[in-house]
Amino acid sequence: MSTSSIAEAEAGSAPVRPARGRGRRPALGRLLRSELGLVFRRRRNLVLLAVLALVPVLIGTAVELSSSAPNAGEGPPFIERVAGNGLFLALVSLVAVLPLFLPLAVGVVSGDAVAGEANLGTLRYLLVVPVRRGRLLAVKYGALLAFCLAAALVVAGAGLAAGLALFGGGEVTLLSGATIPMSSALLRTLAIALYVGVSMAGLAAVGLFVSTLTEVPVAAMATTIALSVVSQVLDSIPQLAWLHPWLFSHYWLAFGDLLRSPVPTHDLALGLLTQAAYVAVFSALAWSRFSTSDVSS
Amino acid sequence: MAAPAAAPATALSPSRAGGPAPALVTRGLTKRFRSGQVAVDGLDLVVPAGSVFGFLGPNGSGKTTTIRMVLGLVAATSGSAELLGVAVPAAAATVLRRVGALIEGPAFHPYLSGRANLERLDAADALADPRTTRQRVGRALERVGLTAAAGKRYRAYSLGMRQRLGLAAALLHPRELLVLDEPTNGLDPQGTREVRALVRDLAAEGATVFLSSHLLSEVEQVCSHVAILRSGRLVAQGSLAELGAAGERRLRVETSEPGRAADVLASLGCRGVERFGDGAGAVLDGVTPEHACAALVTAGVPVRGLVVRRPSLEDTFVSLTGEGFDVDQ
Repeated sequence: MSTSSIAEAEAGSAPVRPARGRGRRPALGRLLRSELGLVFRRRRNLVLLAVLALVPVLIGTAVELSSSAPNAGEGPPFIERVAGNGLFLALVSLVAVLPLFLPLAVGVVSGDAVAGEANLGTLRYLLVVPVRRGRLLAVKYGALLAFCLAAALVVAGAGLAAGLALFGGGEVTLLSGATIPMSSALLRTLAIALYVGVSMAGLAAVGLFVSTLTEVPVAAMATTIALSVVSQVLDSIPQLAWLHPWLFSHYWLAFGDLLRSPVPTHDLALGLLTQAAYVAVFSALAWSRFSTSDVSS
Repeated sequence: MAAPAAAPATALSPSRAGGPAPALVTRGLTKRFRSGQVAVDGLDLVVPAGSVFGFLGPNGSGKTTTIRMVLGLVAATSGSAELLGVAVPAAAATVLRRVGALIEGPAFHPYLSGRANLERLDAADALADPRTTRQRVGRALERVGLTAAAGKRYRAYSLGMRQRLGLAAALLHPRELLVLDEPTNGLDPQGTREVRALVRDLAAEGATVFLSSHLLSEVEQVCSHVAILRSGRLVAQGSLAELGAAGERRLRVETSEPGRAADVLASLGCRGVERFGDGAGAVLDGVTPEHACAALVTAGVPVRGLVVRRPSLEDTFVSLTGEGFDVDQ
């Protein structure tokens, strides 16, 4: 639907004042900004981000306080290297939040997306503004994606800040053996954080779909978080190896490949593809459900 | 019976006599829920443009479901509806901008201020001019008397303030039709009077106001037209005058000789003659009050007072449904 078609349709009605923004600013932008404000100013979501930021601080403090550094193979990957280079705290923290904290935050925000508005009753008022249901869904998903990226970046950022403060930086020896300067290591950390953020896109789409099924936000949140746990449990059962490539959590940890040179792109690409497939399927499901459902809340 | 006023075949042709299309028309609008319950059953409504239309019915009679169908929130099982001459829900996305609505009470984000909530709704409007948002939000808040509390979180609002904010949202820009579902819910008597004044102002500005209520007295005071819904079916609709005329007008004579007065009224051919301690009464059936008065005086009945009572909407309702105005199942 183009903005101009509405303007034409409404040209005959006197009291309506169509917007004449400079250079026809897309109307989607304003609603998206409003939605981002709603997501990122809400206290609950800020608490979720703060908890995520706390994880690297806790891990860093624990490493700093422990007398003996863990040996290779103990604890999460990379943790034995944290004391040597603070940069690794960002990676350890991302690994630490991936199984639960990050999906939890994404599950809460995505489960709340539509069900929360339905529960408050604000959904009916948005729809009669009017906002087309497809547009609302797109904006909701856009804000969710922003939250996923922000959450991963918060963990990486807090990890970098805490790591560099506690242990200092320096050149990084990659998993493949080569040594790269600090600046390119920072770029790779940013890429890893973005990969982790995008890895949540599939879960966010699942959450958005679940959110269109109910008017009870807590139910949608719990279902989404439970689905992320189920996916990871299935991924850990060797007998189900045939299923693993189809799980949205299967390539979550593939970001380790970004610490090799040259970067093996096979798993990373499959990871992105998996997310794209989940986004396509579940946003289609969300659309088919939401576009026809009765809004009776 | 007032229903003929809504005879679909004649009333529905919008271009008749070149007049404006009705603000709202429904034809056989029906909603059957998955549970099998029929909430709205074959509703044929015609809301004339420029009217203040009272949509009356007990709680649970299907008023809100009707409103939700008309606004495209709930899909009708069968039947059709036109808002401002445009078929809904097909074209709801374009026509709804000309409609302000308060649906089943206000609903806003509790942790945002009243002003921020209105700005959010305005941001959702693809055609609203962002440069005038502050001004329009400010004016809407002022119109409902919320300017002082605009910066307070919605969570801290009283029920009446919430209701006012809901009205402000419906007034964010000029509308041709306002759909107000129980707008005085939760308001104190002063607030109720203000809403009534607001409805009159809006109507005076040329907007059609569709006012749903379960309070007969409220509707009677501000509406020009009324439709009465009962268990999802239309019981009556028409202008207030038509509905009033549909009921029986009663004559009440105050006199020291009730017996003689009653006899005179009976001799005039009046039905339902009654005697009271201080007078007599009868249905004015083809007898004008002037004629009755003259006959009473001629017959030597000492008339102290004479009152013609038009039936209230409540009387009409009871006479049409044979029942009181209670909650439907």
